[in-house]
Amino acid sequence: MSEKTQRLEIVTPEKKVFSEEVQFLVAPGTAGELGILPEHAPLVTTLHIGVLRVQQAEKQFKVAVSGGFMEVRNSKVTVLAGTAERAEEINVTRAEAARQRAEARLAGGGDIDVLRAELALKRALARLKAAQ
Amino acid sequence: MASLRDLRRRIKSVKSTQQITKAMKAVSAAKMRRAQEQVLAARPYSRRIREVLGRVAGASGGVKHPLLAVREPKQVAYILITADRGLCGGFNGNLIRKTNQEMRGLTAGLSIVTVGRKGRDFFRRRRYQIDQQYVGLGENIKYNTARDIAGFVIDKYTGAEYDEVYLVYSQFVNVLVQRPTVEKLLPVEPPAGEDAGAVNYIFEPSPEAVMAELLPKYVENAIFHALLESKAGEHSARMTAMDSATKNAAEMIDRLTLSLNRARQAAITKEISEIVGGAAALE
Repeated sequence: MSEKTQRLEIVTPEKKVFSEEVQFLVAPGTAGELGILPEHAPLVTTLHIGVLRVQQAEKQFKVAVSGGFMEVRNSKVTVLAGTAERAEEINVTRAEAARQRAEARLAGGGDIDVLRAELALKRALARLKAAQ
Repeated sequence: MASLRDLRRRIKSVKSTQQITKAMKAVSAAKMRRAQEQVLAARPYSRRIREVLGRVAGASGGVKHPLLAVREPKQVAYILITADRGLCGGFNGNLIRKTNQEMRGLTAGLSIVTVGRKGRDFFRRRRYQIDQQYVGLGENIKYNTARDIAGFVIDKYTGAEYDEVYLVYSQFVNVLVQRPTVEKLLPVEPPAGEDAGAVNYIFEPSPEAVMAELLPKYVENAIFHALLESKAGEHSARMTAMDSATKNAAEMIDRLTLSLNRARQAAITKEISEIVGGAAALE
C-alpha cells in the first residue's frame, strides 16, 4: 500500500459516522463500483444501496450505505448517505429478519408496493454483506 | 383583610402549582439537552450537502430540473412548524405572528401546511384552508417525517400547484433566544459555492442524474433540520417559561405568607386587647 492517504468523511442526516484518513476505498456507485485512491480527479456520483469497502493502514472494514452521494475533491472524499453503518454496528438478526420479510412480501405478490419491498430487500442484503 | 383560612388555602395552592412548574422545568431541561445534541449531530450533513450542492450547481452549469424552475408566484405555500403543546412562553405565538406578517403582504393565492398542533389549531379556528397537516411528531424527530413532508410539497411543486414554498420555523440560537425564521424552500436556490465553476467534476452517471438525486435530498434535509431546530427551541422556551413561573410562584408565596403572618398577629392583638378591655370593665 502506498504512503499517501485521503480523508474519508461519511455523514448521514442524523450524525457524522466516520471521519479519518484512509488509503483506498471502493464505493457502490450507480454506474458501477468505483475505486478511489488519493489524488483522484474531482468526481461526483450517486450511490447505490450497497457496501462501501475501506482500506485504512493495515486494516479493512465495510460500511453498509443506503444510497446517497459521494464527492471526491482534493483527496477528500465526502459520502452523504441516507444511513451508514459500520459492520460491527449491524444487527445481523434484525437484518436477516428484514430480508425474510421483504422476500416473503415480494414472493406473495398481490397488492404491495413492489418498489418499496425491493428497496427494503436491497438494504437488508447490503447490511448482511457488510456484516460478514 | 382576607381571612386566615383563605390565605392558608391560597398558599397551599400556589405551592402545588410551583411544584408542577418546577417538575416541568426539569423535564424540559433534560429533553432540551437531547434535542440540542441532535441538532449538533445533524449539522455536519447540512453543511456538507449545502457545500456539495453549491459546487455541483456551479460546475454542472445550468442543468435543468423541476425543483429549480422559477415561476411567477401565483400560489404560495407556507410550511409552518410549531409545537404540539403550549406552556412554552411566546414560542408558538411568535411563529404564528411571523407567518401572519409574511402572509399579509401576499398578493398571490395562499396555501398552508402545518406541522405541530398549535399552528394547525390557530389557522383552523380562523377557517383557513389547510392543505396538509402533521401532528404528534413526538420527541424523537425521524428523518422519515421530513421525507414525507418534502414528498408532499415536491409533488405539489412539480405539479405546478405551488409556485413557491416557504418554511417558517424557529431557529435555535441559544437557550434564551429562538428566532422565528422564514426560509425559501422551493424553488431551490443553490448556495453560491466558494470556488464554483473552478472544479471540473466528473459526473457519474450524468450531471442531470446527480442533480435529480441531490435536490430532493437537499429539500428533505432542510425540513429535517428545521424540525430539529424547532424541537430544541420548543424545549428551551418551555424551560425558560417554567423557570420564570417557578420564580413568580415563590414571590407570590412570600407575599402571601407575609399577609398571613400579619393577619395572624392582628387577630392575636385583637384578642389580647379584648381580654384586657374585658378585665378592665370588671374592676
